Formats: sequence, structure tokens, C-alpha cells
Amino acid sequence: MQATVKEETRPIVKQDKDSRQYVGSSVNRPNMRRHLEGRGCYVDDISLPRLVHVVYLRSPYAHARFSIVDVSRAKAMPGVVAIVDGREIATICTPWVATLAHLEGMRSPPEYPLALDRACWQGEPVLAIVALTRHQAEDALPMVEIDWHELPVVDNMETALAPETPVIHPELGDNLCFTKKIDTGGVEQAMAEADLVVEETYRFGRVTGVTMEPRSLLADYQPAESHLTVYQSHQAPHMMQDLYARHFDLPENSVRVICRDVGGAFGLKVHSYPDDFATVALSILLKRPVKFVADRLESFASDIHAREHVVKARIGVKSSGEIVAFDFDDLTGVGPYSVYPRTSAIEGNQVLSIAGGPYKHKYYRAKLDVVFQNKSPTSQYRGVGHPIACGATEGIVELAAQRLGIDPLKMRLINVMPDDGYPCVGASGIKIEGLSHQKSIAKLEEMMNYQALRKEQAELRKQNIHRGIGFAVLVELTNPSAAFYGVGGARISALDGASLRLEPTGVVTCHVGVGEQGQGTETIFAQIAADAIGVEIGQVKIVTGDTEATPYGGGTWASRGAGIGGEAVLQAGRALRSNIRDFAAIVLKQDRSELDVADGFIVDSSTGAHLMPLAEVARQAYFRPDILPADARPELMVTRHAAQRGFPFTFTNGIQASYVEVDVETGFVKLLDHWCVEDCGRVINPKLVDEQIRGAIVQGIGGVMLEECLYDENGLLRNGSMADYLVPMAFEMPDIHVAHVETPTKTSELGAKGAGEAGTAGPPGAVMNAINDALAPFSARVASQPITPEKILRALGTV
Amino acid sequence: MAESIQIKTRINGVEGSYRVEPRLHLVDFLRDQLELKTARVSCEHGVCGACTVRLDGEIIRGCLYLAAQADGHDIETIDGVSDTGELRELQRAFHDKNAAQCGFCTPGMLLTAAALLREKPHATREQVREYISGNYCRCTGYHAIVDAVCEVLEQQRQPRAIRA
Repeated sequence: MQATVKEETRPIVKQDKDSRQYVGSSVNRPNMRRHLEGRGCYVDDISLPRLVHVVYLRSPYAHARFSIVDVSRAKAMPGVVAIVDGREIATICTPWVATLAHLEGMRSPPEYPLALDRACWQGEPVLAIVALTRHQAEDALPMVEIDWHELPVVDNMETALAPETPVIHPELGDNLCFTKKIDTGGVEQAMAEADLVVEETYRFGRVTGVTMEPRSLLADYQPAESHLTVYQSHQAPHMMQDLYARHFDLPENSVRVICRDVGGAFGLKVHSYPDDFATVALSILLKRPVKFVADRLESFASDIHAREHVVKARIGVKSSGEIVAFDFDDLTGVGPYSVYPRTSAIEGNQVLSIAGGPYKHKYYRAKLDVVFQNKSPTSQYRGVGHPIACGATEGIVELAAQRLGIDPLKMRLINVMPDDGYPCVGASGIKIEGLSHQKSIAKLEEMMNYQALRKEQAELRKQNIHRGIGFAVLVELTNPSAAFYGVGGARISALDGASLRLEPTGVVTCHVGVGEQGQGTETIFAQIAADAIGVEIGQVKIVTGDTEATPYGGGTWASRGAGIGGEAVLQAGRALRSNIRDFAAIVLKQDRSELDVADGFIVDSSTGAHLMPLAEVARQAYFRPDILPADARPELMVTRHAAQRGFPFTFTNGIQASYVEVDVETGFVKLLDHWCVEDCGRVINPKLVDEQIRGAIVQGIGGVMLEECLYDENGLLRNGSMADYLVPMAFEMPDIHVAHVETPTKTSELGAKGAGEAGTAGPPGAVMNAINDALAPFSARVASQPITPEKILRALGTV
Repeated sequence: MAESIQIKTRINGVEGSYRVEPRLHLVDFLRDQLELKTARVSCEHGVCGACTVRLDGEIIRGCLYLAAQADGHDIETIDGVSDTGELRELQRAFHDKNAAQCGFCTPGMLLTAAALLREKPHATREQVREYISGNYCRCTGYHAIVDAVCEVLEQQRQPRAIRA
């Protein structure tokens, strides 16, 4: 049978208003129903015969040598099955080094599932206690006798490279993990010729993802077949399959990773963790299923952290407002080991690529130092570098506008890349296919009724009510090609596939490599598949999250689900429709050009009249091949793949605005309103995109206003509970108004760019700028996040 | 270790007699002993609301109650309440507004919203935000949840004829 995909290319969005169209409409998520009854299934809800539970004894010190003196009392406790140390686990699991070849010069020492004789951060796992119940394992844990010998602690990243600072890994010579420079040349001359040069240092607190469902994993090793099944709360099942296979020396197809419901992920669950490998090792050693579910304290101490950065920003501007040059110096502390396999240098690397991203300046210089320290390891968390890059850029741009006496929105319009100027290359070297800064700014100005808001602000100032308006323009890197990881040697797929199967009753089952963590991924895949094939959405079932069932793929990260997974579904759907038409032509003895598929029927392509239900087509194909002509070969299952090519990434853009009121007596800030106009290309489901944006904005606001992992000078985490580490609550958050500009990417036929992370990039700039706008009459400024009441009162000179 | 004790409790309408450890938390009793997995464990100390269940009709935190305290009381979990149809309007509104993403906080959020509907039928949007602030959601940013609850409140306030 000939595949004639070309003629199946019908427009993604129909012009005819009467025709049914799922892509572009706000379809409700079918897979939300189970959650509305509490009937989802997360890893901790899964139980297997002979299941045992592991708890990890973790280092109470930030840096210490240790020796395990006596475990006999612990072993004698009720229910204890085994106590296993790092050396025993290292006999079956190889260590890893988390570097990437394209991050030139990057270093990180080998890391083991459990520390062997030295712990490098408070929370590093050092011993596994396995028991019949979690309670029994926890009871046994304090009975272990360990000798700890404390070592000097490197906690302050700003002195990590100083000659007098101890070196955490002596074999590396110093505490430098990675360093990089980007320089167009000409920055100093441009600064010298500028009418105004403004400098400010921005500090971003260390935060963590705080997923409601903690990290959790159930490893089930079947010794007779050497087969490993891992149920894991994760975003990238195939990546984990590859890691388990390689580090335990198992054939890749003897490892199955299953991700069912995932209770929040946000990048925190796209990494591998030492205790993941340890739990798998225990299942292999004990020949029985082992479950690990992090408790909340160990989540705070062992989940990845992110975003501890100090950025010195400098900008050169003409008196007209034109930006001539940016200069950034970024320092970030990433803990004692780079996180495997995506590393802990990508965040800083992204800061260098993204800073200044929306603007058309020619001269750009940026320097990055990534340093080791004795705190929890950091790595990619939703937005990865964008909140830092955008926060520093938008902070300094708005400060320059203020000094020049130019309206901040006008300042952006003077400097953003023009909508008709694409494709182009930004000063940092980023290749940009097509953005809509100008249209987005215009839409935002109208949506927020900007001029009226300025009037209101001025009126209220007379009454001693101090409100501020702040903006942040942003670009966001989505739909990555292999440029992200593959070129650096990491085995993380840039390709994703979709397999679509017409079932005998005429329904369609669709397996996709990209999975769901609540974003609505499965819903948009169903929308795309239903349109592409020509069936009702209720006839499409999406299956994700199982390496043994779905096509190989990268999974969910870098806002790639819709753009890359969706494109694979679209191509597979079109191919299946083509195959159905071919086969229907044989069944109906008509030319295929006279036939089409719509509403679950074979239809007359010119009149749309229903000729035969798909159920009848499939029935004949599956159950009565005997009555078909000898050359009829119905191919009712197809697989297609998609990857980003041509551009390394697809950039999206947006602008956010924040309206705040600062109580100058107490330093408290009330977030009054928040607006966002964003361009993620083709909007597949407006409601779901809006909710991705809103959720991301609130996570961004968390970092600006509330969240910070606080450490004392001994490298000990002081606020490892949800009562002490503050995340946004409903009453503190504003309503968030979202609108879209659609500039579909031409790198795919679907035209979708990513939408899941960009929201986090706006608040560090927009909310900080709004607070500084409110504080302007007092000549006070804040540039350190989270912006606590104390910091505001200090800026005001009150305390 | 202390000896286990006997409790009698009615769970989702079914009376039962159970032996529990004195230290066992209610949420662990439900999840591990009875395999009722619909209340979730997240913060483990009464902050986040993911383990919300009902005791004699009032919402409580399953991680702050001991199983022993359920002795002689009615316990309801989200699946049980859901099966009665009581949450139908809230569930519909949550679905329409996409007021849940990963779903982990949703049982607690729905039970809290149901309590709000009963206790504060005239709540404003601000009051809704305040009332649900003991339930953390890390996915939605709350806006859609507030929209959904406000929609049901509004419906409740309409005269019956119009509601139909």
C-alpha cells in the first residue's frame, strides 16, 4: 500500500466555522475525572506482593567523613529486612560523572548511589534501612551507630573560589565546576560612548520545586528473567530506562519504567537521584520489590534546588532610550556534585544565552562561574535560567528607563526586536525564528488599561498609598533539538514518537513517548489525533508513561510536549487517515480521492455524506480478511516521529505586568493584579495553555516574594518543612489575566511552541520592577529576591 | 512498642472494627491498613491540606489525627463523598475551569471547597481565596480553583427555578 501523506495535509485550523475542530478549542481534560474523585494512582498508591520499604539514613552534616560502626541493634529491630551500605551497592551499580561534552571544561567528581565514606551535603544518603513497613524502617534508623568527623564547609558561593576557601573535591584543584564567556567584542567602547551606563547587582535566592507528591519510586526486580520494572514519579521514563540499564549492566529491553500519575514534577522529577539507583539496587540485591517515598524533610534536603545566583548587570543606553550594550556577570552555586545526567551547569548556561534576549542591541558580554558548595545539588527547575536572565535583564532595563525618564513600556518598544525582523540572531548568539514582541506589548497595554492605571497610581500616591507597575519582556527557549543534551553525549532523546491504532470497534488508541504530569498533554494529543484522523475526540484513547508500550522518546521537559510530541501525533494521525482511505477504497470499490474520513465515518469527499462507519471498515480488516482482494493489506497502525531540526530551539515570547501595593510602614506587599500576553505559536487548547501560564507565574512569584532554602553558616538547611519554607497560598496571589498572540512556528506543521515554563520567567522582573516603582518616591530599591518585608524596610531605611 | 488498640469507626458508611497502633496517624491508617488511597500525604504536619478527610462531617487533617481518635466517629474520604453525588456541582466546575492539574491536592481542595459552600454561602472571591489557603496547590496558581468555587457559590445563590 502506498502512503500518500501529502494529500492528507489539511489545514490545522479550519476556516469553515461550522466544521468541528478540536485543535484550538478549550476541550476539558478527560483524564481529570479520576482526580476529581481522588482516584488517581501515584507511586505510593501501588502495592505489590512481598513489597518492602526503604528509608535512607542521610548525613546530618554538610560535610563529614563517616564510618558505620554498628548496625546490629538496628538490624534486630522488628520488621527489618536488610541494612545496606554504599560499598555493597557499588558492587552492582557503577558511579556516574554528570558533565556534558558541549559544556567545555565542565567538571564534576564521580558520584555513587550512597556515599562511601564522605558526605558532601546535609541530606546526602549514606545507608539504606529496609523493613516490612515504612514505620519499622524509620524506627530502626536511629539505632544505627555512625562515627561522623566533620570537615570544613563551603557554604558561601561568593567565596567558593577564594584561595583560602577549602576545596571540596581536592582532586579537582578548586571549587570551579564550569565557567563560560560570551563576548561580541566592542562592549567597553559601546559603554564609553553611551549617554548613560547603569549597574545593579541582582540576587536570586535558592529555591526548590516542592511537588505535592514527593519523589517516589517502586523497584521490582524479577531475578529469574533479570527483568527490572520501576514505577517512578518522573517526567522522562526512557531516560531512566537507559540509566538503569547502563549502570546496572542490564539489557535496555530488560528494564521497564512506568510513570503513572505524577503529583507535580516541574523539572524536579526530570533528573536521576542517588537514592533512585540505591532503591533499584536494593530490589536487585533482595530479589523483591522495594518502595522509596521521600518524606517532606528529606524532600527539602535531597530534591534538587535551583536558582541561587548573583548577577551583576550593566547596561549602556543612549538618551533616546536605545540600548547599546549589556554586560552580565553571573555566579551560581550548585552543591557538591553536578546532577546526573542533565548536569547543574545548564541553568547558568541558559542565563548567558537568554539575558538581553528580547532586544536588538549589538554588543553583549556575559560571564558565568558555576561553583561547588556543601549544599543540596541544584539543577533544572521549571524555567531553567530564564527567571534569572529575565529578572536581571528587565531589572536593569527598567532602572535605565527610570534614570532616563522614559516610560518603561516605551523603553521596551524602542528596543525589542521588531515583529518583521525575523529570522535573526540575537547578540548572545541565539537563533530566533519568529516572535511578536511589538504585537504582544500593544496587546498588554490595552488589556491592562495602562494609562488609566498610571492615573490611578498617581492619584493614590497623593493619599500616601504606594502602588507600582512593573513589566518584564521575555523570550523562552522551547522545543529543543539535540543541541540541548544529545550533542553533549547525554542519552536523552530529542526524537519522540506516536503510534496510532484503529481498533476493531472504530476507536483509536494512541501511544506517545511524551507523558503527562497534569499539564493536559494527553488531552491535546487526543485533540490533534481526532482532527488528523477524522474521529470524535471521545473515540481516542491516549496511553503514555510506559517504556514497554510507547514509542521511544525524550519525555516532558523544556516545554517540548506539545511542539514535538504533538507533531508526532499529527503526522501519525495523518498517515493513519491515509491508510484508512486506501483500505476503504478497496472495501467500497471507489477511488480513494472520492473518500475521506470524518466524524468516525468514511465519507464522500465532496458531499461529506456518511458512507460507512470506521467500525465496519475495521471489522472487515481484522475479522474478514478472507473476503478481501488478495492484494488488500490494511495497515491500521502507524508510527511517526518528530524532532526539532533546523533551529536549535523554538523561541517563544511574552510580556508580563504586575501591579502591587507596598505598605511602607510594614514592608508588606499586596499583589493586586498580574497580566500576561504570550506567544506560544499555535494554541492547541486555550484553557490548558492559560492554566499552564498561570501556574508557572505563581511559581515564579513564589521565588520573588516568599521562597528560599535558608542555610546557616555550617551548611545546614534551616527551613526544611512546608511550615517554614513558604510557597504561595491562594489568598496571597492575584488574579492572573492571560492573552495570546499566535505566531506558529514553521519548524513543524502543527506550529505549536512550548507554553509550560515561560510563565516563571516574568515575575522576577515584573514584580520586582513593580515594587521598585512603588518605592520610587522614597528613592529606595530592592534587588534581592525573595523580596521580604524586611528587605523592603531596609531599603526604606526603616530598619 | 505499645500494644495495639481496638477502634470502631464507620468509614464511608461502612462500620468496622480495627486494631491500630496507638501512634498510627489517621491518614496512614486509611492508606496503609485499609488501602483507601484517596487521601494523600504531602507535608506530614498539617500545613498543606492534601490529607483532608471528614470526621463526623467536618474537614480535618488526616496527618494530625491519630487513627485512635476515629474511634466512635464517622470518617469520609473523597471517593466516598464523591459516590454520594454531593460534590457533583463542584466536580463539574473544577473540570470546566481546569481547576486541577496533577490532581494530588484535589481531594483536599474539593472537600475544603464543599465545607466553604456549606459554611459561607455568601463568600466573596477574596473570602474564597482566604478559605482555601490551608490547601496548597503547586500546579494551578489557584485562579481556576477560585473561579470554580465562585461559580458554584453563585449557582447556589440563584433561586431554584433559574438554577434548573
